[in-house]
Amino acid sequence: MAIRLTEICNQEDRLAPGHRACIGCGETIIVRQVLQAIDSPVVAASPTGCLEIVTSPYPFTAWRMPWIHNAFENSATTLAGAETAYRSLVKQGKTEDRGIKFVVFGGDGATYDIGLQFLSGVVERGHRLLYVCLNNEAYMNTGIQRSGATPMGTWTTTTPVGKVIPGKRENRKDLTAIMVAHHIPYAAQAAPHAWRDLMTKVQKAVAIDGPSFINVLTPCPRGWRYDTDKTIALSKLATETCIWPLYEVIDGDWKLNFRPSPKRPITDWFQSQGRFTHLLSPENKHLVDEIQAIVDREWDRLLERCKAS
Amino acid sequence: MSETYAKSAVRALEGDMVVAEAMRQINPDVVAAYPITPQTEIVQTFSEFVADGRVDTEFIAVESEHAAMSACIGASAAGARAMTATCGAGLALMWEVLWCASGMRCPITMAVVNRSLSAPLNILTDQTDMMGARDAGWVQLFAENHQEVYDNALQAVRIAEHPDVLLPVMHGLAGFVLGHTLGRLEILPDDVAKQFVGQYKPSHSLLDINHPTTFGAYDHWDYFFEHKRQQWEGMNNALKVISEIGQEFGRLTGRYYGFVEPYMLDDADVAIVIIGSATGTAKVAADRMRANGIKAGVLKIRCFRPFPPQALADALKGRKAVAVMERSSCFGGETSPVSAEVCSALYQRSLPIKVVTYIYGLGGRDTVPDEFCQVYRDLLKIVDTGVAEPIFRYLALRDY
Repeated sequence: MAIRLTEICNQEDRLAPGHRACIGCGETIIVRQVLQAIDSPVVAASPTGCLEIVTSPYPFTAWRMPWIHNAFENSATTLAGAETAYRSLVKQGKTEDRGIKFVVFGGDGATYDIGLQFLSGVVERGHRLLYVCLNNEAYMNTGIQRSGATPMGTWTTTTPVGKVIPGKRENRKDLTAIMVAHHIPYAAQAAPHAWRDLMTKVQKAVAIDGPSFINVLTPCPRGWRYDTDKTIALSKLATETCIWPLYEVIDGDWKLNFRPSPKRPITDWFQSQGRFTHLLSPENKHLVDEIQAIVDREWDRLLERCKAS
Repeated sequence: MSETYAKSAVRALEGDMVVAEAMRQINPDVVAAYPITPQTEIVQTFSEFVADGRVDTEFIAVESEHAAMSACIGASAAGARAMTATCGAGLALMWEVLWCASGMRCPITMAVVNRSLSAPLNILTDQTDMMGARDAGWVQLFAENHQEVYDNALQAVRIAEHPDVLLPVMHGLAGFVLGHTLGRLEILPDDVAKQFVGQYKPSHSLLDINHPTTFGAYDHWDYFFEHKRQQWEGMNNALKVISEIGQEFGRLTGRYYGFVEPYMLDDADVAIVIIGSATGTAKVAADRMRANGIKAGVLKIRCFRPFPPQALADALKGRKAVAVMERSSCFGGETSPVSAEVCSALYQRSLPIKVVTYIYGLGGRDTVPDEFCQVYRDLLKIVDTGVAEPIFRYLALRDY
């Protein structure tokens, strides 16, 4: 399906306005992009977290489509249960095959950390669903705590900038690569400023007869400490600094989707958000150098992988 | 009796196989399960049914018990009849989502092959696992023998899916003692069993794209309490439904089920109240006491959640002293989960019966008739002296 802006604008959003997300929230922008890319009925699930509480405060719901929340860690498995039920009921002739697509929207805490085992099991078993990680690089719903997706050097409320420890000491894990290591048919990284790229990836993902995973960088004004009108600008800056490369891996073949020219220094990234203010102090210059080296190394490795494919 | 019952096949099966056989007949839409001793045979056997195409079920071999219950909740919300089975540590790992299943009114059914909880590690039977889940909003049934394992498995589906209940049901059977031993039982013809359980007709489904429904909404102080009250109503309604379905099952098979089963209780002075597989041993002990002129009886509790206080009080009325046998290690109370219910039921009805609690059989320790006979003799002493203390006792325990 070609992605035309005029058509998208005329579609009714399956996520209704009036939800309770913060101004400038990246999550709801991305959810709308994902749902607008899918030209079929969708059944979705979300773990406990920002998206869940802002869209489903009983007796209201922002979901104009079937949606389920179960607990924090188990959305992938919950939706895999629904997807299995669908296959079973269709097979038995108890329900009609309407080409339903199954999509999980989970934050990075629910995906990288507490729900990793569940996601791993679902992908290994080959359930036909798309898992979208709304990766804002910390536990934002509980008030900005570090997760396995939080990059090195970041201030969070559980990696505070103290007198002896300057923010998070460990680098984030590479969850997209972990998904690739599951031999998943489709995995990708995306960001909301590159909406056509993101939506194309969603279309590729849901066309697959099996599991797919898209890790979407999700700017969060509250957690990242920036002005609410900068969400899309920061999404773009993350790709230009190679903090968040855009790529896709189809059946093990790596493909780069965006190559910045020039590649901007990570100090540009650190200057853009309050969570990195401490890194701009002269005494933390060694940290900036160390993080730049990590970003460079990961970028080079990605280029190698994409070249090799 | 003038009624004609369905012609059943007499089989000898291990308890775990009985569960698997009942699941085959029920033919659920989705089963998600994880192996754990002593439940593993259920998963293995059912996997064979799936592999041989003997069921229509989609089987999800999940990576944990928490995932098993999570998948069952998703499947149930999608309008499927979903089942699983577990025990001990597996039930404990599920604990969080047991509450999600009941709170979301998912009529999932689950066999629990009762096993102790670590530490120390022990894979043998006691009822600590299900007692740990007693408040999770699930109906809880227990089986004494292989026949009851089968009968409970079929009835559980009907109870869970009844529109006045819509709560998940777990039914317990003793690990190894029932799960791994051969027992004689009668199994209904497949078509009769299928007809009894019927088709699941969900009121809401996640797959109903024309009527999109939000499942598991965020509930604040303004509605949460009312929703919990509705759940309470479902549990209360289960008392009536369990009774009705137990009678319907009786008309079909000749085996009528209620909440409790009295044995030699009508004229008994002293009684043992007990749950599960050791009931048979207690009955043997009662027979021996009767042979010596002692009026001893047994009251078996089949249904622990919802607890049936009136049925229990009616059965125990007129007894002089009662020993509540507790096969679980739930710490810190004056008595125990079962005993607290018994004491409450008797107190609220002003029945002046002496009640003592015996912890017994933990971690698979066998309890023999002589030991139950000792319990009866203890009760007689209480009747003679009027002194029940100590009210909390251990049975057949080495004293270090």
